[in-house]
Amino acid sequence: MMKFTTLLRRRPEWMEHDGPCRDIVLTSRIRLARNLDGPPFPGWAKKENRVEIMEQLRPRVESLSVMKDCFSEDLANLDAIKKQVLVEKHLISREQAAKSGGCAAVINRDQSYSIMINEEDHLRMQSIRSGLDLTAAHAGLDRLDTELEDQVPFAWDRRFGYLTACPTNLGTGMRASAMLHLPALVLCDQVTSIINAANKIGLAVRGLYGEGTEALSNLFQVSNQRTLGDSEAEILARLEKVIRQIITHERNARRKLLEDNPQKVCDNIGRAYAALRFAHIMESKEALTHLSMLRLGTDVGVFPAAETKLIDTLLLEIQPAHLQIASQRKLTAEERDILRAETLRRRLTHLPEPDMRACQESDGPAGGPDVVI
Amino acid sequence: MKCDVCDENTATVFLTQIVKGDMQKINLCEHCAKEKGVTDPTGFALADMLLGFGHGERVETHPQEKTCRACGMTQTTFRKTGRLGCARCYSVFGEGMDGLLKAMHTKVCHTGKVPAHAGQLKAEEDLLARLRSELDAAVGEEHFEEAARLKIEINSLEKKLRSRVSV
Repeated sequence: MMKFTTLLRRRPEWMEHDGPCRDIVLTSRIRLARNLDGPPFPGWAKKENRVEIMEQLRPRVESLSVMKDCFSEDLANLDAIKKQVLVEKHLISREQAAKSGGCAAVINRDQSYSIMINEEDHLRMQSIRSGLDLTAAHAGLDRLDTELEDQVPFAWDRRFGYLTACPTNLGTGMRASAMLHLPALVLCDQVTSIINAANKIGLAVRGLYGEGTEALSNLFQVSNQRTLGDSEAEILARLEKVIRQIITHERNARRKLLEDNPQKVCDNIGRAYAALRFAHIMESKEALTHLSMLRLGTDVGVFPAAETKLIDTLLLEIQPAHLQIASQRKLTAEERDILRAETLRRRLTHLPEPDMRACQESDGPAGGPDVVI
Repeated sequence: MKCDVCDENTATVFLTQIVKGDMQKINLCEHCAKEKGVTDPTGFALADMLLGFGHGERVETHPQEKTCRACGMTQTTFRKTGRLGCARCYSVFGEGMDGLLKAMHTKVCHTGKVPAHAGQLKAEEDLLARLRSELDAAVGEEHFEEAARLKIEINSLEKKLRSRVSV
């Protein structure tokens, strides 16, 4: 069994791997909701009931083939900071973090699969992949689902499909989402109209940490809202089609921004670089905004492309719980802001000054660096 | 302030209801509130209770409502929380959910993954239903030997289905 410290030390697979459209799509995630046929759903069950269900399910989940040497813990044994770290890493939900007795989290070694026991449903299973890779993420999770279903038949109905505690998840029980980095659409004030258009066709657009959270760092989660009626493949195809359109819009917006107003782009990136390299106090929101500009910088060739991985790592490392677990103590907001700035300065020491020619020579005269947009 | 019912204890539960423009107020102590069934304000009608005063009748305030026999979830709680209590709830509350599901999903019929066990389970459930009706017929015709044999078969099938569904 993997220890929490090991989980913390190991970089997730999605961060290491370069998935399709990684410049704009950070991750693709699939979540399946499943329940046992018979016992009450977690929210309605008494604690003894939940403990019983967890004890039945946990060994079966741990023995899945992908869960070899996994991390598996009863949430009652994790303190608030550890739970928050798992939330920041998108391995458990905020709802699950608020729970304790009778709930568990099982996470595989490379953090590509995580299974929550007794969240809103008996099982919430997630797979996460780098870039735009929804179909592959679903295929893997579907195999895991079938493997588990062989041992534990899930509640299923001919008409309603997989039965879930909340009717919004009925049918496939599947929520597919992609995390998109859309700085140019935000800078051009186009993102709201894109969100509205997506909403109209039954897709939800949310902030970095899901429902009701702010779109920090220009990161947006796009996901399907409807789960009943269409097959998994149809839902995924529709979502992917829309995401590809959004990617095209973002690429066009970047191109236009560089053509119309290269000074604005240079200024944003330059200020972000300066602040991240030299500031001594930095709030989370400010850091995320600057990191977004740095990421845009690597995409347009102002910084070496290889730095994207470091930037994505920092998006996690500067989160409150990550900072506190690194310093091994609870920190006040002020202390966190100081430690955050210190971490960023240290981790970005090697980052060369922005090479703004990439922005200013976007039409690409001979000899200029290639603009990757 | 004294309780309107016992006129002894201090009132701690205050109810106000407006009926056809007339405001009715009633003050109850904790004991009388409990006795009159005033524990859940949403499931209680003051007018009914006022009518009951002096008559010694009609204090029954909880009408029979749809309830899941498997987990005890009620229609009221489901409406309030928007969450069902267990998988069986769908056969209790599912009927009236079409409107809700249409608003959420636009379609109301699952066309996605079918678990491998579903085919098998369906066949066994159909068999169970057939055996039960055969049992009824056998009992009706006083074929008790046949009925006993069917009963054994039904019990074993039920046991098998139960063990399958509850892990």
